[in-house]
Amino acid sequence: MTFDPVIGAIRFGNGRSPRVPDPSGPADLLTPLLAADTMKVRYRVPAFDTLFPIHARMNEIGQARRTGDADEDMLDEMRELRRGLASLNLKLTATAFARGVETRDPFRERLTAFWADHFTVVARTSSTRTGVPMFVEETIRPYISGNFADMLKAAVKHPMLLIYLDQNLSVGPNSDFGKRREGRGLNENLAREVMELHTLGVDGDYRQEDVRQLAKLFAGMGASRTNGFIYRKNRAEPNPKTVLGQTYGRRAGKLEDVDQVLDDIAVHPDTARHIATKLAVHFVSDTPDPDLIEALRRRFAETEGNLLAVYEVLISHRSSQAGPLQKARQPIDFMVASLRALGARGDDVVRLPDKTVAGRILRALGNMGQPLHRPVGPDGWEEDATHWITPLGLAVRINWAMRISSLKLVQMPDPRDFVQTALGHLASAELIFAAQAAETREEGVGLVLASPDFQRR
Amino acid sequence: MEHDTILGRRRFLLSGAALGCSAAASPLLTPISLASAPWDNRLVVIILRGGMDGLDVVQPYGDPALAGLRGAGLAVGEAAGATDLDGFFALHPALAPLLPLWRDGDLAFAHAVSTPYRDKRSHFDGQDLLEAGTDYVPGAGHSRDGWLNRMLQTVPGLAQETAFAIGREELLILKGEAPVSDWAPGTRLGLSPQAELLLRKVYAPEPDFRDALDEALALTEEIEAAEKAAAEDDAGMAMQQMMAAAPGNRGKGHFQVAEFAVERLRADTRIASFSLTGWDTHASQKYGIGTALGRLADVILTLKVGLGPVWDKTAVVAMTEFGRTARENGTKGTDHGTGGAMMLAGGVVRGGRVMSQWPGLAEADLYAGRDLMPTADVRAYAAATMRELLGLDRQTLETAIFPGLDMGGLSGIIR
Repeated sequence: MTFDPVIGAIRFGNGRSPRVPDPSGPADLLTPLLAADTMKVRYRVPAFDTLFPIHARMNEIGQARRTGDADEDMLDEMRELRRGLASLNLKLTATAFARGVETRDPFRERLTAFWADHFTVVARTSSTRTGVPMFVEETIRPYISGNFADMLKAAVKHPMLLIYLDQNLSVGPNSDFGKRREGRGLNENLAREVMELHTLGVDGDYRQEDVRQLAKLFAGMGASRTNGFIYRKNRAEPNPKTVLGQTYGRRAGKLEDVDQVLDDIAVHPDTARHIATKLAVHFVSDTPDPDLIEALRRRFAETEGNLLAVYEVLISHRSSQAGPLQKARQPIDFMVASLRALGARGDDVVRLPDKTVAGRILRALGNMGQPLHRPVGPDGWEEDATHWITPLGLAVRINWAMRISSLKLVQMPDPRDFVQTALGHLASAELIFAAQAAETREEGVGLVLASPDFQRR
Repeated sequence: MEHDTILGRRRFLLSGAALGCSAAASPLLTPISLASAPWDNRLVVIILRGGMDGLDVVQPYGDPALAGLRGAGLAVGEAAGATDLDGFFALHPALAPLLPLWRDGDLAFAHAVSTPYRDKRSHFDGQDLLEAGTDYVPGAGHSRDGWLNRMLQTVPGLAQETAFAIGREELLILKGEAPVSDWAPGTRLGLSPQAELLLRKVYAPEPDFRDALDEALALTEEIEAAEKAAAEDDAGMAMQQMMAAAPGNRGKGHFQVAEFAVERLRADTRIASFSLTGWDTHASQKYGIGTALGRLADVILTLKVGLGPVWDKTAVVAMTEFGRTARENGTKGTDHGTGGAMMLAGGVVRGGRVMSQWPGLAEADLYAGRDLMPTADVRAYAAATMRELLGLDRQTLETAIFPGLDMGGLSGIIR
């Protein structure tokens, strides 16, 4: 099996671009991961702690409002802060799209999206919504080519995940704090999701008691939206805990115990199997070749979760290089790939007016069934093509594709050329015919983007 | 703020209608269809995602152990605003708008029920099993089709529009071989004739895409026609006036979904399903569950008002993946549990009662020392409802639709 550049660009990247050549082999996808992260520098995402003073001020005003001490100026300030965060949310949406259309290192963007979904975080309030891309920037992006354990430890200690999965509220029942405060106790949510979703998988060999013990180890970890991560020793559960047969901690609970248990779970055989399956399903097929999963699992186990080594198997395996494309592009991929195929420039995307980003990108994503950063639960987005290619989902995609010129990012190309730019040798005879038979350029381009050929990856 | 006022007014209109004051103005969105479906009765299944705390919704305040489990952060009983139902159970205050239905015998609950799912307490597995309707075999994975779809499979020759999945999320409960329509309110597909023709050509070789497009085109056409017809008849005007009295409400997702369901159920649709979220109340449950229950009440009342005479042929079943811990947790909420409650509403339901073999809440009575002990299977209630509403036989229900289920002697759900 030889590497097909068109398939490589679509399966492991954001699709073809008139401005970026297709990868000519696996190395073109892998080596940029070792070089500098250019998109991170070119289109910046602010650090999570830049939100702290904003949240602190919002808390102050909120407090004053509750006690009846807020004057009109303060309420205006509150509205202004909210407006600022809403605008930042739109800017960050545009940033993600700009990276996707502009990058020469598209596998990095796809991997970031994959791991961001693996560690799904949903903001509980509109004031923390911008925290989601910041979480991804800080705990996912720097670690995508390193050891899985490092990403796991970074994600599990980030305030956004701690708040989302209620860890922030958990108290060791026998901690100093827990003994003093009747009615405060453990919250198992984070511990359960770490085992079920982030590491071992729901079919993993763990019991309710393992979840409980892990929750006891986690007690003490917390966060606030004004100060970030904190480890509160007085809430940590004392005495050793046993998780999956291993004993952690001594008399006093400490953060090192958390690192240790996560280091162990990260390389557990069930974790290797779970991650291998998820990678194969996300990148290659809803029903992947069992041999691909086994090869990934083995590499993960041999290298104790060295992700770059695992990706090498992912890209080089024969079933990854073979056509036809078997996955449906999720709405975000579909929109990014559409703009990339049209040659849109990242610099123009980040300059889109807020109103356009809100209406033509964010709302459109929601209507396609993928409201940005807001999946229903911590298990993230569905993988199955049948989930995305529905009458409803398709209708919204078609509408969006037919009106893509209204984004005013690019001149509409000749559809006869565009079908080649977007799909190369993967374009079907029916689509090549339709592209030249369309009445207008807009419709011709829309047909190419709405086609089954383009919806697959 | 403004939203609350509007919501309040809309709820006022709905509760007035539920009491019967404005029954004459009850909207007729689409003419009631006497069409092709094998049944005249309607079944609506609402999936309550997140794990509804049955002990807070239908509070067993007559159980002496309840006060020891709840109270520090989660007040219960009449003192906390709940309304007594039968001397033992009390209804959460956020469901008060449904009390007229309770008094009319259009509202019932089943308590201490659960799916066969045990111990891992995952939302996703729990919801999958609730919708799959199968037995729980740990680690075995579960079926990729849903029980409502398998029910449809037992009735040959159904039209696509007989069953409708409403909303933008996937509903496993309706997934499977039987044809089902799926749509979200408010979606349009505006194509030029030439673009439509070419699109059909491009999709022709790919069955998945072709079928999806055909259905999308058929649905938009049909929905536009129905709206046009509604705008032209008097009842449609009445509905529009009611909408105008509550501007902004069209945007409230759960109202949109319920109103869309009304339109479909008044036409050829007999089975509809959608989900409501917001039940995963780990912290400050008081607020979260109040909002979620408010939406559930809105939906039930919208169905009642909108369906008009069809309400008397309708059963609504609202079910959740699991209950929550009997004890409130350290954060004024509850964690994932086992036994819980389900709601049955509709003009055909034998309401005004809480059905349960109450297990008790004493330490020794709890499941795994922490959860309400389930004494009945939610599937049995769904099965008995379908048996009596749609005339399905017990054997089919216990094998094809809910494999492994023993319905026991459960009957008398439907009037």
